[in-house]
Amino acid sequence: MSLQTDFICSAALTIQSAIISHKPEIETLDQAIGDGDHYINVLRGAEAIANMTDELASLTPDEALNKIAMKLLSTVGGAAGPLFASLFMGMAKVAKHNGANTSLDIAAAFAGGVQALVKRGKGKVGEKTMLDVLVPVAHTFLFSAIENKSTKEICIDIQIAADKGLASTRDLVATKGRAAGLGERTIGHLDAGAKSCQVMINAVCNLILTTNN
Amino acid sequence: MKKFVNDVNNMLTESLSGFAKAHADLVTLQLNPNYLTRQTKATNKVAIISGGGAGHEPLHAGFIGKGMLDAACPGQVFTSPTPDQMMAAAEAVQADKGVLFIVKNYAGDVMNFEMAAEMLSIENATVLISDDCAVINSSFTDGRRGVAGTVIVEKCVGSIAETGADLQTCKALGDKINARTASIGVALRSCTVPAAGKPTFEISETEIEMGVGIHGEPGRKREKMRAADAMIKDMIGAILTDLRLTDLAHIKGTEILLLVNGLGATPLMELYLIYNTAEKLLTEHGLKIERSLVGNYTTAIEMTGASITVCVLDDEIKQHWDSPVQTAGLRWGV
Repeated sequence: MSLQTDFICSAALTIQSAIISHKPEIETLDQAIGDGDHYINVLRGAEAIANMTDELASLTPDEALNKIAMKLLSTVGGAAGPLFASLFMGMAKVAKHNGANTSLDIAAAFAGGVQALVKRGKGKVGEKTMLDVLVPVAHTFLFSAIENKSTKEICIDIQIAADKGLASTRDLVATKGRAAGLGERTIGHLDAGAKSCQVMINAVCNLILTTNN
Repeated sequence: MKKFVNDVNNMLTESLSGFAKAHADLVTLQLNPNYLTRQTKATNKVAIISGGGAGHEPLHAGFIGKGMLDAACPGQVFTSPTPDQMMAAAEAVQADKGVLFIVKNYAGDVMNFEMAAEMLSIENATVLISDDCAVINSSFTDGRRGVAGTVIVEKCVGSIAETGADLQTCKALGDKINARTASIGVALRSCTVPAAGKPTFEISETEIEMGVGIHGEPGRKREKMRAADAMIKDMIGAILTDLRLTDLAHIKGTEILLLVNGLGATPLMELYLIYNTAEKLLTEHGLKIERSLVGNYTTAIEMTGASITVCVLDDEIKQHWDSPVQTAGLRWGV
């Protein structure tokens, strides 16, 4: 695997359409145990990024990731804004330091992004949030890269981890975000933030699997 | 959904423009990034800046003016504003004594204001508002939410800033008031976020949402609809417990401020009915209601519901509550 800016641009467009096509599910989840604005906020961010691919094209991958972070920060708002911005800022920082030309380097960049998100949101796995998808995916990405698995195998491993992480949120009690006030009423519902992350990760992996990489 | 709206994507901007035009003597609107400031910039004082998602009007832009806020940053409906808004507002209104952010305790607001504070080179501090006693403050929750008590903090901190008090003094008053204030809300009907197009939650004619939040987030418990007095009794009970005003022998004569706040669609007639019962219960309990406020101050678009806020007063808080204020949403002494 090697991260190129033109892939980042394609991924941005893929993410935008994936979010749109999963609108009903994401909205329903946030309405059940949140306040119903997660979809609108994430879509606004995805659209802003999809609309700036021309600007991104001339940048290096880490510069592109950083620019994406800043755009998300000023566009998304809510809790998702700072969290997703931190994810991309963290990725950019590690990518800049190590490069992004091997699967392991890219996995490390993703891990750095998730760590930045954890620091900003002060959360952890098991609280019924996006971290229940992002942390297992970061783990899986790293371990599969360490084992020298092929790009295809890594993507499949990641998709499985994302699905499992999302499913794990169903029976958790929310202790963060808008849902936290609902206590045990949140059991039985998936988390909307975890869902949107699973949708995005799944879409990007599919993009890799279906193009020649 | 029947609302006064054109293209829903322009709703916020159209509303902010109308607000700024209607109150051109008090505020100025800046767009991209969006923030509002006083029409006449203050000098030589701590700049008081707040903000939050739209949908709580008059909070926060309605409280820009002498004696209260210097600037407010509106986010999308029920969505926190972004750091670039707060940074631009801070640069615009800072008056050589630093910036004090007043932030309601929600993950989004906290993180966006935090990032702005980190990136700002101007000296700054934050008062975190967490007056909602509906959500139990335990290891299982994200901390208490900031609701209508925000108005009391903004008023009093705004007042002390006018006296030239420094940043830490202003923050200390805000923190003190937050610690002595408790609120709880109840919803009879949901609100509808314009961009979502449908009610935020389903609720039947025979149910109420006790402890509802100001974003349409359902509260702690779905309960049976009942007479006003019964609902208010529960709400006052929760507030008194939270403020530790339950030992009748010790609390007799304690002075309080009682705020009955409409969540948007409840008529004044009912808000005053709620005040009537709340006043009776609190007075019977031995408390002295020394200040009062009734009306729509921290709404949730058009939620049918109300919240009750009690603030335990002292001389300093009374002084700063009484001082002159000249804003769209609160005006006295001028």
